[in-house]
Amino acid sequence: MPSEAHTRMMPSVPEDTPRAIAARVSTGDKIFRGILRASGWSVFVITGLILVFLIIRAAKAFRFMGAQFLTTSAWITFSPQHFGIAAILPFGILIALIAMIIAVPTGIAIALYISEYAPPRLKRPLIALMDLMAAIPSIIFGIWGLLFLLPRIIGFDSWLGRHLGFVPFFNFRLSTSIAANYVGSTFIAGVVVSLMVIPIVTSLSRQVFSQAPQGEREGAYALGATRWGMVRTVVLPFGRAGVIGATMLGLGRALGETIAVTLIISPVWRFNFHILESGSNSIASRIAVDFGSFPDAGSMGLSALMAAGLVLFGMTLVVNTLGAIVISRSRSGSATAD
Amino acid sequence: MAGDTVTAQTTTPGPAADTPLRIRTVTAENVLTPAGAAIGALGLDWVLFERVLPFSGVLGFWVSWYVLFLVFYTAIAAFQWDIQSVRDKFFSVAFSTGGVLATAIVIDQVAYTLVRGFAAARYPGFITQTMANAGPLSPVYVGGVAHALVGTMEQILLATLLSVPLGILAAVYLAEVGGRAAGPVRTLVDAMTSLPDIISGLFILAFAVLTIGLPKSGFTASLALAVTMLPIVTRASETVLRIVPGTLREASYALGGSQWRTVLNVVLPTARSGLATAVVLAIARGIGETAPVLLVAGFARGMNANPFNGWQTSLPLYIYYEIQSPAPADKIRAFGGGFALVILVLVLFTIARRIGGGTPGELTRRQRRRLDEQSARQVAARKGTSE
Repeated sequence: MPSEAHTRMMPSVPEDTPRAIAARVSTGDKIFRGILRASGWSVFVITGLILVFLIIRAAKAFRFMGAQFLTTSAWITFSPQHFGIAAILPFGILIALIAMIIAVPTGIAIALYISEYAPPRLKRPLIALMDLMAAIPSIIFGIWGLLFLLPRIIGFDSWLGRHLGFVPFFNFRLSTSIAANYVGSTFIAGVVVSLMVIPIVTSLSRQVFSQAPQGEREGAYALGATRWGMVRTVVLPFGRAGVIGATMLGLGRALGETIAVTLIISPVWRFNFHILESGSNSIASRIAVDFGSFPDAGSMGLSALMAAGLVLFGMTLVVNTLGAIVISRSRSGSATAD
Repeated sequence: MAGDTVTAQTTTPGPAADTPLRIRTVTAENVLTPAGAAIGALGLDWVLFERVLPFSGVLGFWVSWYVLFLVFYTAIAAFQWDIQSVRDKFFSVAFSTGGVLATAIVIDQVAYTLVRGFAAARYPGFITQTMANAGPLSPVYVGGVAHALVGTMEQILLATLLSVPLGILAAVYLAEVGGRAAGPVRTLVDAMTSLPDIISGLFILAFAVLTIGLPKSGFTASLALAVTMLPIVTRASETVLRIVPGTLREASYALGGSQWRTVLNVVLPTARSGLATAVVLAIARGIGETAPVLLVAGFARGMNANPFNGWQTSLPLYIYYEIQSPAPADKIRAFGGGFALVILVLVLFTIARRIGGGTPGELTRRQRRRLDEQSARQVAARKGTSE
């Protein structure tokens, strides 16, 4: 603003324009940048290759089933072939949604605790702990969920089924007193997957929370805000985009979780919303269970799995990319200071 | 060295260092209110669960206890404080529970696996024998994970060799070259970090096994692992490279250094410890991946030390197959494999923390001593030549 007034007062002086600096890039640097650029773009190449090869291998199954691939609730890949994702896709989404309903509030609570409430000397150990939780192999989550959590959660399941059965999702059509009716349900799979998503949501949201500007925090305190008041008016609005992005990346992870889900669920082929009842499914676990049955590379079974994998890949890629874009927007201001 | 700095600090006269005043908020009310709420909630919960309502289950008991506790706490707080403080305290307690819960779950998972796995891992043969001579009905002390350990080590080594150089180069591209094209690359790398783990296995199956015609082996498994690890390495390394101070780069350019010289001699050495952490964390993530190797590694009960020929088992795969066996001995073996895997992850994790504790450029005491010695030698050498 002041410079504008300045130039208007003295019209004779031509406006200052910075000299364009064009340094000559040496040959060594050109080669160096070429190598780096190629490496950076390799991630696009890999993603492209994944798409291309899944499409090539899935073509046979798509050609055979056509649009019915999306509407068939069965997975019979030997003659007479009849398969589709009408049951396994919504089951997988339901597991992911249950996981998100548990993981997002918990993850945000943990992130807020670490960034705003924890005593300074607890912060680093807690961050390390969440990193460790992210590094615990999914097979360990699987066997823990199967043999530790499952027997303990059944009581809670039956409590939900008996007393909250009027809620559509908790409706229980089987006998509530038989433990086997609860084993391998969508709900238990969702709980275990939620534990694997919590570290993702926590670490990404913690990073944006801790970037909330110090001046505005102090401003809130100076106006008499309590800590919660400060968190609600400064930290949460500042971190909102980051939390949304973290949620989407977590959702991508939850949709594709394979091993823990495979170990826990008992597969069924008719989709239902009764999340407490035994029986569920997901694309990833179908692939994990089924891949071994087709030693013949040209068989329809393998092609059908590739087709299901392609749907899963496309879905998670879209969700993850949207999440990554939201996250990168949220930290665009601090891209250099990160 | 530490002694020197301490004496230097104490002898230097001057204004006292700024230390933030610790404001203590531990008062009798602040301690007794949650304690009272907790005990009261426990009592009511017990009465409700065991006497009044037909509830059951350990988990249900604690969930109801927690809900009751929050209600009690809010109610007791409302008697003493104004609405703002009550809200503040409610959320403090709720968020702290999150921290406690996370700690409890991680410790529980690790401890549960270690304790149950010890039943198999305590036999000395467990890490020296393979499953070649052990069937489902063999007792636990027959058979072990030697073949799976070897498989895991070889596969993760190959995957690291494949993914780490490419990942770090990509990270250098994002952090040092940048430009308009870097944005989409970064977005895609972010998106690929939570790619479904089974997809990389499916991809290698479609690409390397079915199209190129490589047989299923430890090598194809490591290809799948490398696809999973690449975005993780890139993402973590880029974060580290970006906190290398820009002034260091500018100093190098000002001295006439070209870009590749600057990256090689200034940026990468400065970020060395952070990069090492990024790599070790990626290895820790890769070592536990089951789904990618499930499709392309095959499965072997005996030792196969050659990753390029024949089917090979890794630890996660071993656990996956043993836990699905109905035989009790196999389930114990699965936990034994879990024991080994958790120990590996913990060791890697500790290494990562130890080498990369500080920010880039911040040196450990030993590194600083080595640098001091090095520069002393150089000074001495230069004196020698000039005289």
